[in-house]
Amino acid sequence: MCRSKHHGGRPESSLTFLTTFLAQFNFPRVFSMLGLTLKETARLLSEGKTTAAELCAACVARAKQVQELNVFITETYNTAGQQAADSTLRHRQGNRLHVLDGIPVTIKDAFSTAGVRTTCASRILRDYVPPYNATMVQRLVDRGAVLLGKTNMDEFAMGALGSDTGGSVRNPASYCGVVGLKPTYGLLSRHGLIPLVNSLDVPGIFTRCVDDAAIMLGALAGHDPKDSTTVSDTFQPFSLPEDIDITRLHVGIPKEYHAPHLSAETLNTWQRAADLLEDAGARVSQVSLPHTPYSIVCYSVLCAAEVASNMARYDGLEFGHRGSDHSSTEALYAQTRHEGFNDVVRGRILAGNYFLLKRHYDHYFIQAQRIRRLIANDFRKVFEGGVDILLTPTTLSPARSYRWFVQEDNRTRTEQEDVFTQPVNLAGIPAVNVPVALSEDGLPIGLQLIGQSFQEKTLLTVAKWLEQQVNFPHLQLPEH
Amino acid sequence: MNHLHRLFRITQVDRPVLLAITRRLSSKVPTEPTWKEVDESKLPNPTKIDQDTIAHLERLALVDFANKEGIRRLEAAIRFADQMFLVDTTGVEPMDSVLEDRELYLRDDVVTEGNCKDDILRNAGKVVEDYFVAPPGNIPLPKKEEYDS
Repeated sequence: MCRSKHHGGRPESSLTFLTTFLAQFNFPRVFSMLGLTLKETARLLSEGKTTAAELCAACVARAKQVQELNVFITETYNTAGQQAADSTLRHRQGNRLHVLDGIPVTIKDAFSTAGVRTTCASRILRDYVPPYNATMVQRLVDRGAVLLGKTNMDEFAMGALGSDTGGSVRNPASYCGVVGLKPTYGLLSRHGLIPLVNSLDVPGIFTRCVDDAAIMLGALAGHDPKDSTTVSDTFQPFSLPEDIDITRLHVGIPKEYHAPHLSAETLNTWQRAADLLEDAGARVSQVSLPHTPYSIVCYSVLCAAEVASNMARYDGLEFGHRGSDHSSTEALYAQTRHEGFNDVVRGRILAGNYFLLKRHYDHYFIQAQRIRRLIANDFRKVFEGGVDILLTPTTLSPARSYRWFVQEDNRTRTEQEDVFTQPVNLAGIPAVNVPVALSEDGLPIGLQLIGQSFQEKTLLTVAKWLEQQVNFPHLQLPEH
Repeated sequence: MNHLHRLFRITQVDRPVLLAITRRLSSKVPTEPTWKEVDESKLPNPTKIDQDTIAHLERLALVDFANKEGIRRLEAAIRFADQMFLVDTTGVEPMDSVLEDRELYLRDDVVTEGNCKDDILRNAGKVVEDYFVAPPGNIPLPKKEEYDS
C-alpha cells in the first residue's frame, strides 16, 4: 500500500556532514542521495558531485526494489535515461537550464504526456496515448527535469497524487509525512490535466520540504494561453528566507475544525502547534467559519454534477475504450461506459445526473452553489478581519488500515477523509500540508496551513517556520 | 512486504519538539467538537428511487446501476445532500467559479497548432477514411428488467 510509504529528507545543515561521512566508508553515493531534498540534490548536481545520469540510475534501481508497491502505472525509464544523459551533458558544458535540470520527478497519471500512455487509472483510457503534453509536464521538461514515470491513483483522481480537487494532494501528504501544496485556483495550468471537477481541480505539488515546494511552484506557476482559467498576472518565483519572524503574524484557529471524530492525537498535535506559534510571539485567535459542517455536503453535490458532465466525453468513439455492441449508438455508449468506469465513477455520474434533473436542479445543484458562496465568504470575512493564515488539522486521524477503509463504501469514506480539505477548494484559496509529528504507532500527523488567494509566499514562509520548529522525524534510506 | 521494512526506517533525530513544549492553559483550539452530525429528524423523508427514475437516469447517464447496491448508493448520496436544506441561503447568489471577479482571458482566433489530424485519429478505435465511426443512431435502449438484490 503506497499510503504507508514514506520518503526521507535531511535537514540542510547535515548535508556536508553526510557527504564527508559517507566518503570515508566509500559507500556508493548514489543511494545516499535518494534521501536528500530537491534543493540539496540540485546543489550536488551543480557542484559536479554527482550527475543526472547517476541520480536517474539510482532512482530506477530503487523503484525496481519497491515495485510491489505498485507506484507506477507506466514507467518511462528509457526516456528518463535519455533525458538524464542530456542533462548530464548540459551540466558538463555549464548550460544548466534551471534548478530542476537533472532532477527526477514523477507525474500522476492524470496529466497528459505526449507519446506516453495516460490512463487516469481507468479502463476507459487504458490505451490512450495523448498527442500533446499537459502544460505542467511541458514546463518540467523545458526545465530539464527527468520524468521517471506516471504514478498510480484512484480512478479519475478520486483521492490520489499530484492534482487536488477536494484534498488529493494534502490528504495523502499528511498520511505519508511529506509536504503537499494545493496552490490558488488559477495559478497553475490545468491544460492537459484530465478533468474531474473543472471548477475545483488544481495541479498540486508533493515534496520533502517546504523550500522544495517553493522551487517547484516557481517552475510551474503562471499564465498559460491554453488554459483560460489561469490568471494573467505575472508570477514572480520566490525563495523562502531562513530566518523567519512570525511576531507580526496573525494566525486564526477555525473552531469548526474541531469536528466530530477528530482523533485525540491529531487534536493534541494541532493544540501544540497553535501553542508553539503563540509562544513564539504570533498573535493566535480563535475564529469561526460557520458553514464548515455543510461544506462536504455542498462539495459532494458539485463534484457529482461536474463529474456527470465531464464523463460525458467518454463515448468510445474518438479515444479510449470502445465496447463491441454495434447495434446502436446508445448501446455502444452504454456498453463502453459500463466496461470503462468502475462503480465509484458510475455512482457519481448517476448521482450527478439526479442532482441535475430539471426537477432537482434548483433544489440541489443551485443550492450547493449558494452554499459554496457562503463557504467562500466565511474565509473572506476571516481574512478581511486581519487574519493572515489559518491553522487546522489536515485529516481526522493518521492513516487508517485498508481493512477499516473498506468497511464503508468509497462515497462515505470520501466524506470523512476530505472534511478539512475540500472547503479550501470550494473557496479557491491555497493550502499546504506540513508534516508535524508521529503518532504512537509511528504514523505521520500533518497540519494544514490555509492562506489567502495568490499569497503562496506568505503561506509557504509560515509553513517553513513550522517545519523548522517541529523537527519532523523523516524516514531515511539506508546507505547500503 | 518484509523486505520493504528494511528499505525504509525512521531515524529519530531528537525528541520531537512538539512534545517538549509546555502546553498553554488557554489554547485557542477548542477541547471539544464544536458541532455534531446532523439530526436526521430535521431532514425531509428519505428519497426512494422509483423504477421510472432509474430508467430515466440510466438513459441520461448512459451507465447502469448494475444492481440493487447501486440504487442504495444513490439513495444514500441524496440523503447526504438533503442536509443542504438546513442552510438558509435566502438572497445568496450561486457561485460558479472563484474567478468570477476576473476577466476571462480570450486568445486570438488563429490556428496555433494545426496539422495534427493523424495524431488525433490515432486514438480512435474505428475510423474509415478520416471519419470516426459510430453505429446507427436514434434507436432507444431496450427496456430492462428490474434489479434484483
